[in-house]
Amino acid sequence: MIEAHGLVKRYGSTTAVNDLSFSIRPGMVTGFLGPNGAGKTTTMRLILGLDVPTQGSVTVAGRSYRDLPAPLREVGALLDARALHGGRRAFDHLLCLARSNGIPRRRVDEVLHIAGLQGVARRRAKGLSLGMSQRLGIAAALLGDPAVLIFDEPVNGLDPDGIHWVRTLMRAQAAQGRTVLVSSHLMSEMALTADHLLVIGKGQLIADTSVDEFVRSSSRKSVHVRSPRAAELAARCRQAGATVRAGTGPDVIEITGMDSAEAGRLAAAHGIALAELTPIRASLEEAFMELTRDSVEYQAAGATR
Amino acid sequence: MTGTTIAPAGPDHRAAFRPATFGDVLRSEWTKLRSVRSTFWALTVTVVLGIGLGAAISAATAHGYAKLSVSGKLSWDPTGISLAGIGIATLAIAVLGVLCISSEYSSGMIRTSLIAVPKRGRVLAAKSLVFAVVTFVVGEATSFAAFFAGQALISGHAPHAALSDPGVARAVAGAGLALTALAVLSVAAGTLLRHPAAAIAAMIAVLFILPGIAQALPDSWRNPVTEFWPTLAVGQLTTVHQSAHTLQPWPGFGVMCLFTAIVYAIAWTLLDRRDA
Repeated sequence: MIEAHGLVKRYGSTTAVNDLSFSIRPGMVTGFLGPNGAGKTTTMRLILGLDVPTQGSVTVAGRSYRDLPAPLREVGALLDARALHGGRRAFDHLLCLARSNGIPRRRVDEVLHIAGLQGVARRRAKGLSLGMSQRLGIAAALLGDPAVLIFDEPVNGLDPDGIHWVRTLMRAQAAQGRTVLVSSHLMSEMALTADHLLVIGKGQLIADTSVDEFVRSSSRKSVHVRSPRAAELAARCRQAGATVRAGTGPDVIEITGMDSAEAGRLAAAHGIALAELTPIRASLEEAFMELTRDSVEYQAAGATR
Repeated sequence: MTGTTIAPAGPDHRAAFRPATFGDVLRSEWTKLRSVRSTFWALTVTVVLGIGLGAAISAATAHGYAKLSVSGKLSWDPTGISLAGIGIATLAIAVLGVLCISSEYSSGMIRTSLIAVPKRGRVLAAKSLVFAVVTFVVGEATSFAAFFAGQALISGHAPHAALSDPGVARAVAGAGLALTALAVLSVAAGTLLRHPAAAIAAMIAVLFILPGIAQALPDSWRNPVTEFWPTLAVGQLTTVHQSAHTLQPWPGFGVMCLFTAIVYAIAWTLLDRRDA
């Protein structure tokens, strides 16, 4: 359980996090989404006590992070896989961390095994690929068998096999009743991993909702229709109050504001033959873009609507 | 160990655990120090320069003793000569001390460390203590070895010193103590400045450049600097014959300790308050 109340973080005149309140529950994977610069990493740093909030508070397991008696036993975190001493062997890196929280040495071997790193345990950290560093960071997060896991962009640099491994691991940890918070800017990844979403933009909470609800509430639901009499159908749909746009070909139209059943009935009522009738649901990616369009910090020139 | 255990929140299968202690952080910092190669190399340089350079200087000056003037013979200091290598070895300790914290900043490891031990003062205290103890052991071993090697090379050519002579045991043991104080100062400087290059430059300035500049100043300015500049004052602890405008051995060491304590306190406060 992670709870934030009115969290504010300012760096000089920049407000990175602005009045953020949320509660991240155990037993599910919570995806933390937002465009680059939205404040995801800052929020995670505030949770982990690396930064001090300008206002507000955040607690993990009911306590402020700095007051946890054995932090690694309660919270496992991966912020930056490259945040380690390059000259230290993978095994020793984990051993330093284990020692600091009184975690037995054998647990180091266990997490190396879980992360599939036994083969590189004696290798110095700078000799590890980004993917292996990422696995090492996840192994470090698992050291204390914590009830709360926090991952910042954990699939960065992983190959498809590694991505599958992280996804399965996070889902398994959540299924065991742990709290899992994972940030990403890859919506497609979240669709496969997360149960719940916390969306932020420009440091503010935009949505706190289940993944299904998030997609359903998106305004961009449409029906893709192909018909030899597309123009006629388009006119009928407009009369019925829907919006119709021209599609990719002369016989294709995109209807919004009317579901596929209704569009089909309308076509049948006027004897219009249909070659294709497909309900298009906005993907998580599109729903996200829609929601955060106004809060993208760094918008490409010409990307305005 | 208090023996208290904490019932874990969340999944039932997780075993009870005990709070992390300062002893745990000490073990962690010891593991960090021994698991990087720079430690081995810096300590090797300390030992080799401390003993080897001291031995070379002892042999060379002893051979020249016969040609010395009367005043040169009067100020003949076999202890100081045999410990001459330690002065250069201090640089290796200063660099290693600075690196053991500033390399965490340059690599980002500091964030991993502070997530593991959010009570930040513990990290600094454990790091300083571990490095101070290692420096003390290596420093004392080096200074005693340098002393005995030096005296063996001097004897037969010039008057040599014995540990039982007045002030000699204090000077030899003092060389290890002075290194230990420098070790703590370096860790504090590394914490304060965070960038390895900046912190190493600052240590070189404090150790060598500022005292060097003082030599060019007029007497009225130079004397108080030689007397009270911490890294010069601490030198009195390792000297058998005190010259003019210098503190006594233990007050000299006291000045260094006070300076170190002030830098350490500032480093502690900043570490605790700054965003990592």
